[in-house]
Amino acid sequence: MTSASAGVAVDAMLPSAGAPPNARALRSADAWERRRLLGLVSPAVVLVTIIMVVPVAWLFYLSTQSDAGSFSLEHYRRMWEQPSYARTFVTTFQVSALTTAICVLLGYPLAYFLSELPKRTANLCMIAVMLPLWTSMLVRTYAWLVLLQRRGLINSWGMSLGWWDEPLALVHNLTGTLVGTVHVMLPFLVMPLYAAMCAIDRDLLKAAANLGATPAQTFRRVFFPLSLPGLSTGALIVFILCLGFYITPAVLGGGKVIMVSTRIASDIELFFNWGAASALGVVLLVLTTLILFVASKLLRLEGVLRGGGTR
Amino acid sequence: MSWLQRPATATQITHAARLWLYALAVAVMVFLVVPTLLVIPMSFSGAQYLEFPPKQWSLRWYESYFASAAWMQATATSLKAGVLTALLATPLGVLAAYGLQASRTRFANALTMLLLTPIVIPVILIGIGVFYAYVKLHLVNTLLGLVLAHSMLALPVVMMVVSSALKTFDMNQERVARSLGASRFQAFMLVTLPQIRFTVATGAVLAFLTSFDEIVVSLFISGGDHSTLTRNMFNALRDQVDPTIAAISTLIVAVTSLLLVITQALPRAKPH
Repeated sequence: MTSASAGVAVDAMLPSAGAPPNARALRSADAWERRRLLGLVSPAVVLVTIIMVVPVAWLFYLSTQSDAGSFSLEHYRRMWEQPSYARTFVTTFQVSALTTAICVLLGYPLAYFLSELPKRTANLCMIAVMLPLWTSMLVRTYAWLVLLQRRGLINSWGMSLGWWDEPLALVHNLTGTLVGTVHVMLPFLVMPLYAAMCAIDRDLLKAAANLGATPAQTFRRVFFPLSLPGLSTGALIVFILCLGFYITPAVLGGGKVIMVSTRIASDIELFFNWGAASALGVVLLVLTTLILFVASKLLRLEGVLRGGGTR
Repeated sequence: MSWLQRPATATQITHAARLWLYALAVAVMVFLVVPTLLVIPMSFSGAQYLEFPPKQWSLRWYESYFASAAWMQATATSLKAGVLTALLATPLGVLAAYGLQASRTRFANALTMLLLTPIVIPVILIGIGVFYAYVKLHLVNTLLGLVLAHSMLALPVVMMVVSSALKTFDMNQERVARSLGASRFQAFMLVTLPQIRFTVATGAVLAFLTSFDEIVVSLFISGGDHSTLTRNMFNALRDQVDPTIAAISTLIVAVTSLLLVITQALPRAKPH
């Protein structure tokens, strides 16, 4: 901050029109130096361009090539015409929407609970929220597989306690996928929501109670609206991340829950169908960007794209 | 008046009226933590089939991991890729964060967005894109290809960590150094870097973890003698549930926690 204001001060001291030669020289030296500093960014830009921008752009091109090698939109047309593609998109949206809804239902009470705890206890509990983020996704997916499979812990406990007689199908289906995705996504909802709730001025609640509102009314008309920006940020992040989720649905869905990502992967691994996979990838990217764009306009979430900073 | 009847907040709601909230919050925390922790005792089980609590204890899954040439090769690849990624992504990320911070041009904002895109783009798309490019460049199944791709993914992480430290850093200190005759490079190395060194170290650890934990891109571009640990684990999970993975998972959790504890224990740069 200090450096920026110092820069402004220097600029203000350098009149541009009719400036003495010395000031002009200083000014151009400053501009030149800034450009040179930007050169420090170039190795990073080169890396990202070669390893990501060019390949992804190449996929855009591939998606418009027919198998014979000429320009055509056949991959997109097939996506439109074949019902299996429509099912894939429906499944993807279904899993994403359900995951987001369950995360909100579980995460909102948790964030609320945490926001009322004394700071030290809350920080301790936040470790529980952060722990899944720190552990490898494969470890967690494995843990759920162990818990949920036919001969897994939940089935053997449930049956030995006499709660059910036949092993329940808890994994390699939608249930297993949702359990796994919710477990992965919950921290992404709780963190921004908790931060938003901590920022709410609790005196407002006192004022509401003082004016005769019941606890339920205070929550509904004061606390909940104030927590809404944090909630929508978290829900948006969860939904967007779910749309492109691959690992957990691939393992816990067991080939029965086919999301866009799993379909892209099998198009490449099994069929080497670059055109179809690229077209799906392009649609996924466009959808993701579109949703992020529309949502950030609607919710004024300038911070989301920049990694959560809200200034 | 018992605790239950006392008001919990300014709204005068009693603790008794919202016991459900406490129960639900605790249950959600258990849901978040327990599955990962269950893996640890199970890795010491002596049985072929997974059971909890294990009836007999043994180290057989650790033995089967350390005795397996394939798992050892994959572990070596992942460790090598992680270290090399940290060595490549950290300097690039520090340079980029510093350059963007110091140049303050309009163009810098666009470049920041470009460098952060690997976080926003669905990783599966990056995976197949990189795979396609690597087929053309003959980089599939090579350590170099793996390190380049992982560095690209780790770059935004390092950049975000380092820029947040640079934002609180008073650049006037560099101006003082330069007015006393230091070059820009000397000023950075002698004045700025020593003060942000712990943040840079944190960035390096996170870059290592980004690479070590990475699955999707590795699935496509690694294989053969350079298959990563995560790729082998993913394939093993899709086939059958081998308890060896419990042992590997426990080791991964131990290593990751150790590294993260180190980054948390590093003193932060104090704002001036």
